[in-house]
Amino acid sequence: MSEPALTFEHTTKTYDRQTVLNDVMLSIPRGEVIALVGHNGAGKTTMMKLLLGLIRPTSGRVRVMGADPASRASLDSKYTLGFLPELVAFQQAMTGLEVMNFYSRLKRTGLARNGELLERVGLSDAANNRIKTYSKGMRQRLGLAQALLGEPKIMLLDEPTSGLDPALRRSFYTIISELKSSGVTIMLSSHALSELETHVDKIAIMNEGQLMATGSLDQLRQQAHMPVRIRVRTQDVSASHIADLLDGTTVSQINGRMVEFSCEPKDKMILIRRIAKLGIAVTDMEIELPSLDQLYSHYRGETGTGNTRVRLS
Amino acid sequence: MNAFLTIAGQEIRDGLRNRWIIALTVMLAGFALSLSFLGSAPTGTTDASPLLVTIVSLTSLTIFLLPLIGLMLSYDAIVGDIERGTMMLLLSYPVARWQVLGGKFLGHVTILAFATFIGYGTAGAAVLLTSGTLDIDPQAWHAFAAMIVSSVVLGAAFLAIGYLISTVVRERATAGGIAIGIWLLFVLVFDMALLGLVVGAGDQIGSDLFSLLLLANPTDVYRLFNLTGFDNIAALSGTIGMMADVGFPPSTLMALQVIWVIVPIWIAGLLFSRKEF
Repeated sequence: MSEPALTFEHTTKTYDRQTVLNDVMLSIPRGEVIALVGHNGAGKTTMMKLLLGLIRPTSGRVRVMGADPASRASLDSKYTLGFLPELVAFQQAMTGLEVMNFYSRLKRTGLARNGELLERVGLSDAANNRIKTYSKGMRQRLGLAQALLGEPKIMLLDEPTSGLDPALRRSFYTIISELKSSGVTIMLSSHALSELETHVDKIAIMNEGQLMATGSLDQLRQQAHMPVRIRVRTQDVSASHIADLLDGTTVSQINGRMVEFSCEPKDKMILIRRIAKLGIAVTDMEIELPSLDQLYSHYRGETGTGNTRVRLS
Repeated sequence: MNAFLTIAGQEIRDGLRNRWIIALTVMLAGFALSLSFLGSAPTGTTDASPLLVTIVSLTSLTIFLLPLIGLMLSYDAIVGDIERGTMMLLLSYPVARWQVLGGKFLGHVTILAFATFIGYGTAGAAVLLTSGTLDIDPQAWHAFAAMIVSSVVLGAAFLAIGYLISTVVRERATAGGIAIGIWLLFVLVFDMALLGLVVGAGDQIGSDLFSLLLLANPTDVYRLFNLTGFDNIAALSGTIGMMADVGFPPSTLMALQVIWVIVPIWIAGLLFSRKEF
């Protein structure tokens, strides 16, 4: 296969004596959507800055399409790179369309499609208003529109959904999936975890400059060995009776007509089959997989396994 | 279009939009007009050409005003964009760092040049119209044009110094403070200190050292260029003795003025290209 779109090789970045990124190993194949999750100060923005060549690693290497982004030679690769900074800002006195025209001149994309791009992010009505009058959400959408200039092959989006209301978040992820289907590599950072689950291929969990874990949501769940919770409701028999019937399982909660079991992810199907055999005694069943939020706090706070780092805090 | 020119154009458009350009032009024209009419009052009817009198008064005006304008336009240029967050976005585009710094600088120089040409040009035209004669010494016109051009170069030098400040500091407020300090230093303190030195230790310092010290201040270089470069003006402004002492040809002085533009902006460019964000 071709080389990965984005690579971090033992990348460390230190300011004065503060280490903001510590020995990160990460490679993102072309066409993949990866989310960096972590608190503020976890190193997400530093990773973006490294990929943009705004800063150089203290040690290790960073590669974008195989080239050093801080080198002069990689300037041309920025024609096919889109970036949305956290807290995006524009010249206050310019209109939305003027901003688009300015940036598209820098990317030499021609101005013809700029109106269309503004329409795509829902800003066509405000295209000729000054940025001064824009709300935070509108500025964020304009930020996305400029990142889409020139049909980028790589997009770096720092907190792209901050300031967007739920409807706009949905339309944002629609754009992300359109981009993904046309083969764009996307790295986005977020701390709104719940919305990421269905939209990204891979998740990288960052904490205090360290990469705690990477993988798809499923892989992270497997690695974390966090219990799956299955909640069962009954009609005629008591919950404790159900619990007795399924002996050998862990009951994590029980009250009246509801019983909650927990099991290892690999034992999930066995337990579900056993519950199904109970017949009409069971009226309802809910399966709760560990959410990204739970996984995130797991990987931040507790011990990891496999290739993840052990860290106690 | 080249990224360099695109950025310069954006800076000019921003200046138009923020009404910086119109404000500067009106201000310079207002000062220049009032000075050229008031300035000619004390001389009464002399042999001196009114245009030459105007040059002398505009030179003093320039020394106070253009460094201030230059610094005010530029102290914010880099650090302000970094603070507002627009710089990071700009650098994610296929533009070299020198194109960003150079483009913004070119835009600011254009704004300053436009305001100066129009502002001072208006004063020149007014003097010409009110003097009642079109028969003005061509050498005086030459001196007037040289004064306008060198004023722009002086403004550009302080723009360049402002860019250097803006590149070095981490906060806008610091840049503003340093800019005021630089203005006070070059426009007020430096000459007073030099005067004190001459009065206090006049015997010890030779005229060579004195003239070298003058060249260390871009406003003094400008003053020398305009007030000693032309015999008539030197006589009028009482600097004829100084000219004999200092003895630099106008070409050298102009070259020095240009060096005062190139060196700060070049250092700013070097620092900016290595800056981490």
